[in-house]
Amino acid sequence: MNLSLLVILPLITTLLVLLARGGGQVKAIALTGATLQLLLALFLLYAFGKERSAGDHSAMLFQANYSWFAPLHIYFHTGVDGISVAMILLTAFVVLAGVLVSWDTSFQTKEFFFLLVFLSAGAYGFFISLDLFTLFFFLEVAVIPKFLLIGIWGSGKKEYSAMKLALMLMAGSALVFTGLAGIYFKAGGSAHSFDMMQLAGGLIPVKVQLFFFPFVFIGFGIFTALFPFHTWVPDGHSSAPTAASMFLAGISMKLGGYGCLRVATFLMPDAAQHYAPWIIALSTIAIIYGAFATMMQTDLKYINAYSSVSHCGFVLLGIGMLTRTSVTGAVMQMVSHGLMTALFFAAIGMLYSRTHTRMVAQLGGLLKIMPFISTIFILAGLCSLGLPGLSGFAAEMTVFAGAWQQPSTAYRFATILACASIVVTAVYILRATGQSVLGPVTDSHYEQLPDAKWNEKLAGILLMAGILAIGLAPFWLQQLVSPGAEQIIQQAVKSVTIK
Amino acid sequence: MMGTQFFWLAKQELVLALVIFLLLIIKTGSRTYSNTSVLNLVNALLLVNFLAGFIAPADGILFNEMFHTNTLVTIEKNILNLGTLIVSMQGYEWLKTHKHVIEFYVLLLSTLMGMFFMISAGHLLMFYLGLELASIPLAALANFDLAKRQSSEAAFKYIISSAFSSGLLLFGISLLFGTTGSLLFSDLPALLTGGPLQIFALVLLIAGFAFKISAVPFHWWTADVYEGAPVTVSAYLSVVSKGAAVFVFVYFLYLVAKPMAAAWYTILFILGVLTMLIGNLFAVRQQSVKRLLAFSSIAQAGFILVGISGSSQAGSASVVYFILIYVLSNLGAFGVASVVSALSGKESINDYKGFYRTNPFLSWVMAIALFSLAGIPPAAGFFGKFFLLFAGAGKGNYALVIIAALNMVIAFYYYLRLVRAMFFDRADQEPIPSLDLNWYPKIGLGICLVGTLLLGFFGHVYEHIYSISIPF
Repeated sequence: MNLSLLVILPLITTLLVLLARGGGQVKAIALTGATLQLLLALFLLYAFGKERSAGDHSAMLFQANYSWFAPLHIYFHTGVDGISVAMILLTAFVVLAGVLVSWDTSFQTKEFFFLLVFLSAGAYGFFISLDLFTLFFFLEVAVIPKFLLIGIWGSGKKEYSAMKLALMLMAGSALVFTGLAGIYFKAGGSAHSFDMMQLAGGLIPVKVQLFFFPFVFIGFGIFTALFPFHTWVPDGHSSAPTAASMFLAGISMKLGGYGCLRVATFLMPDAAQHYAPWIIALSTIAIIYGAFATMMQTDLKYINAYSSVSHCGFVLLGIGMLTRTSVTGAVMQMVSHGLMTALFFAAIGMLYSRTHTRMVAQLGGLLKIMPFISTIFILAGLCSLGLPGLSGFAAEMTVFAGAWQQPSTAYRFATILACASIVVTAVYILRATGQSVLGPVTDSHYEQLPDAKWNEKLAGILLMAGILAIGLAPFWLQQLVSPGAEQIIQQAVKSVTIK
Repeated sequence: MMGTQFFWLAKQELVLALVIFLLLIIKTGSRTYSNTSVLNLVNALLLVNFLAGFIAPADGILFNEMFHTNTLVTIEKNILNLGTLIVSMQGYEWLKTHKHVIEFYVLLLSTLMGMFFMISAGHLLMFYLGLELASIPLAALANFDLAKRQSSEAAFKYIISSAFSSGLLLFGISLLFGTTGSLLFSDLPALLTGGPLQIFALVLLIAGFAFKISAVPFHWWTADVYEGAPVTVSAYLSVVSKGAAVFVFVYFLYLVAKPMAAAWYTILFILGVLTMLIGNLFAVRQQSVKRLLAFSSIAQAGFILVGISGSSQAGSASVVYFILIYVLSNLGAFGVASVVSALSGKESINDYKGFYRTNPFLSWVMAIALFSLAGIPPAAGFFGKFFLLFAGAGKGNYALVIIAALNMVIAFYYYLRLVRAMFFDRADQEPIPSLDLNWYPKIGLGICLVGTLLLGFFGHVYEHIYSISIPF
């Protein structure tokens, strides 16, 4: 299968959106495009599974290599392993759900859907890139649409949030760029290369790794809310329009996690080993700090945003622990959190568009009035606190199990602390969901409000299906991801045994 | 010896000279001409001039090595022709009511001719003559908003600073002649020994160039001149004039001053870093769009210097590639500022609040141009900037990459300020009304928009430039 299709399809969709007349056509095109994306992603999953079961165990499947700037050794090299396939699936789910919940956009419809679909092209391109330059290109492509989506269609202090988000992400990219330039010039003698498959396998001298790893890791870390660079997350998420929040938390933060894994850890295994204590310390702080900060929030969007900081901490914790199981768990947590947080933001958006408030204290008794919305809202909450049977449990459990494999006492202590944060999570989730949808109706005019419409139901069902598919049968995802995780970890473990 | 060869090699200069003569004949022969018909004619001629540049590029020398040309030089001239054509189309709204439109073009094309001779020069005096022809009429152009005092102030500042820089250049040239006894580009490399007097000459020459491309610490004239001069002229100054100076600079350093590479590498590196830093820091606080773009163009010059300092084939190719992209993206930004200024008279960032609601097309052109200047993909500026940095870092200097990365974040901030004003903010007073554009500026802006968006995806443009650029 030709992976470039994943980028070409959204680009064609954006082009058609530009040519369309009127909001109706724009939405129809965007919806068709997003549906085709999902079908394509599912087909990729199928083709990938078929190829693997046919006995093809090469590191990357469906590789293709196109020359882009040959004199500078820049190629458009694409290929996927199980981790990329999982991330692509996640993207397709969230994009389709995002298009569905934005169905009622009436202001500048064309530009809105253009930017939304364009964002997805950036995400797919990022996940299929095996060349550092194109990977970086797609990482940056996504910055401007986010900025515009928040600034034009957002709410609250949107200008401030948009600027903050754009500048912090840009700073992250700048760090990544510095690291990539270092890798380009210092790895493997005079033959400069951006090709990850060539660079992997300890081609980069240890000294270079130690110097440039922090740049790359912190750079990508900013995208995935690494403590203390998480401050754009609450503002950005809460000011963004619903679909953009879903995209930001569901996909955009995962670009960072994927980058930390694929670029930082995979290419620089010695440095990953060396800096692991730092990563673990910072991610444990993020997990606990995020959880406690969430307790103090009264705005539903802020609650979800801060809890995202906490949940993305698990991703980084899994990466920092550097065992096969923990890295598998990190990837599963990325997928799970992506789906769960998108569902959460979708539900909050639906509630807000009806009640015009996101304050927990002003909501109440909505379960009777809007059963569907309230149900997905509660379900997203339960997934967030890690209820067995939903995806959050499977993912976090895998991270913990993997983390415990590290014999070091300090690491185990961190793992215990991270586990303990689940109690805090339970407190804030149960409080928020309980107060806002259960209990007596706080405002009499809520009584007349309608439940979810077809598009909202469809979006909710879609994301819920994803969460249940992972929660009830986590093994398919585990088996998909695990060989990729193994490959990444192998380098790091090998580097230890040599020492 | 001369004969047909002369016509082929100096083809671009000859076409340009024909256009200038034609305009002069119209001016002296006819008392009644309408501005619109002159503009139609000139734009058509400029298009012909641009296209003629692509016919049969040839290699060769003329006038005892005073003049040389090759595929690279031809491409560089084509880039300048493209810039001039776009500037002319974007200036349509301003020029159609101007009283002296023919004089404007005669002066403008004379400077372009000067730049052509400058790029093609094979002798330092020839280079100097071209440079003067390219500078003096520009001062007159800066004064072309005849009613505005600021405009004449700009012209005065420009002529003084350019006279000063010419003085430095001449001093450097004479020192060089004193130590080597020759001014021919082909003789010089063998005669350069790197003695103290020659280094002093090199410093003076670099200072002269630095004036032209507005590098720190010779950048002070830039903001004032860009602000006072008509926007069309500022655009021309910042793109075509700077581009020409950069082309010659690369040629001079890579071929003539090659034996002294160790000396100029350090100078260029320090100047480049200072230029991008100071340009960006000053740009942050500007309130006028023209001044903002002026400081941004200083910062871009810093990136160019860093690229040149890379001293490799990738360095010279990246510089030419970057100038091509810079022409398109900077003219996109200046083009919008130019039509807005011509049709509504507004030039401050605050005036652009709410611009997106009234002028979506212009806002997008401006935004994409700014993203390209900031180096955000998929705009072509991303590629241009990164190739310059890669060229610069090729020497293994990572401090440079880190400083440049920091600068890109600062630059991103002030470009976003303008984007934010256009797209997010609501106007405090009456916003700029929906502007009704003639199709000339629309095409001019369209070329910039499409070029900026697509250029990066055609890798073979870079490959072609790379294959013909100066090896080191």
